Amino acid sequence: MSLAFQEIMETIRMVEMENLDIRTVTMGISLKDCAHPDVQLFQENIYQKITTKAADLKAVADKIQREIGIPIINRRISITPIASVGVKFSSSDYVEIAKTLDRAAKTLGIDFIGGFSALVHKGMTNDERNLILSLPEALSSTERVCASISVATTKAGINMDAIALVGETIIKASEASKDQNSLACAKLVVFCNAPEDNPFMAGAFHGEGEPDVVINVGVSGPGVVLHALKKYPDADLTEVANVIKKTAFKITRAGELVGRLAADRLNAPFGIVDLSLAPTNATGDSVAEILEEIGVEVCGVPGTTAALALMNDAVKKGGSMATSHAGGFSGAFIPVSEDNGMIAAVEKGALTLSKLEAMTCVCSVGLDMIAVPGDTAPTTISGIIADESAIGMINKKTTAVRIIPVAGKKAGEMVEFGGLLGRAPIMEVSQYSSEKIIRRGGRIPAPIQALTN
Amino acid sequence: MNHTKGNRVVVSVIGQDQKGIIAKVTAILAKNDVNILDISQTIMQDFFTMVMVVDIKDFQGDTEALSAQFKPLEDEMGLKIRLQHEDIFNFMHRI
Repeated sequence: MSLAFQEIMETIRMVEMENLDIRTVTMGISLKDCAHPDVQLFQENIYQKITTKAADLKAVADKIQREIGIPIINRRISITPIASVGVKFSSSDYVEIAKTLDRAAKTLGIDFIGGFSALVHKGMTNDERNLILSLPEALSSTERVCASISVATTKAGINMDAIALVGETIIKASEASKDQNSLACAKLVVFCNAPEDNPFMAGAFHGEGEPDVVINVGVSGPGVVLHALKKYPDADLTEVANVIKKTAFKITRAGELVGRLAADRLNAPFGIVDLSLAPTNATGDSVAEILEEIGVEVCGVPGTTAALALMNDAVKKGGSMATSHAGGFSGAFIPVSEDNGMIAAVEKGALTLSKLEAMTCVCSVGLDMIAVPGDTAPTTISGIIADESAIGMINKKTTAVRIIPVAGKKAGEMVEFGGLLGRAPIMEVSQYSSEKIIRRGGRIPAPIQALTN
Repeated sequence: MNHTKGNRVVVSVIGQDQKGIIAKVTAILAKNDVNILDISQTIMQDFFTMVMVVDIKDFQGDTEALSAQFKPLEDEMGLKIRLQHEDIFNFMHRI
């Protein structure tokens, strides 16, 4: 087949000028066969399995990147939720396990390892409680370990006891890492309807029903979409949706190729492409700027939720044609700290926490990378998580909360996390209390699945 | 699927227009036993832009090794020369 000059130039432009990248190649590894009641043997088992299965992950990703000329930003590993493999471990055992995972990540030269997780949406075992209790120390004494807690699903309802515990845990993690701007909280996601095959951190884990080893790919490219849209300043919204769809197709195809190559060379089945628009702090690589290009003056003003709904759906439509298996989060990420447009919108006062919450109803994630004052009450954090879980539960979608109470900082100040995590303005939270609803505890019943109105 | 198993690689050259770019790039290809299958060249927004499809089956080494051969020329003439396997282009734009 002959290659068209135009197509070649388009690809080169997408990479060189519009920040097209493959965000991550993530190897999912089951640790079920590593279970052992002796914590030291357990650590040896998981270290051995991870470093064996993923021995070539970095080299293979590096080589593919050079061959096809598209950067692959992260190489990651997701593992079976560690509390599901744990047998009778104490919180201090879990801290040691986190350190072992960190060591494995460093040995392999990979960026993050996700799955220091517990799924407690219906109830909590002692082990799972111990893991949650270990999080402040585990996340502040490791660099590359990411954690997630599933606290709600549409089928099980919302575990408010778990949410109360997680709210306290987030505040403790904030304090434990106060010398790093409470960075530990940026490595912890709280989920409703957690996807089991998502390659994006901090929420990645290797779920039930997954094979022993699997390769998942996360693609991105807000810059490419933004650039494509700029060519049609007068198009109507149907045409705008179409442009996004076509662009998402091309971005996802690149991910599909990388996934197939990586799976082939790493001797693992190819799982999914997570077809997402995930922003970075690079100029123009912003979801907020796409929404503004669609037609709102600043992200957050009326019309923003509609623009986001249009964009999110178009990304899924274009992407799902381009890959055999779409999965994970698929859609748009709207993290504040990782998106220059979002940061600017918050600074202008156009984008508030409540608008962000509304926006999460129509996009793939939830309240992501949001910095709030360090003296926020744990019950307020729990209240925010409960609200976001309710949105996911009722709407049968994934929602998540990655919130960072920054120790010692007040609303309006700026906090730097560095790297892909970016920087965030501290947002205001309600000064009134959520204590009573959190103190009640129990489980919010799962919603009725009929009578959907 | 037959991905990145073929020998066809796309060489793209972008930079400020100046004399001798094509001569010097093709000389390096010839020296390394690389056959040019297709070549197109244009000036886009004052930038010299050339795209070649080449066959590297007789070259001893991979795309990376070939890429390294162009490094001195890139520095000398201020060019950006990149090599990419043809599959990424086929895969991205065609069903």
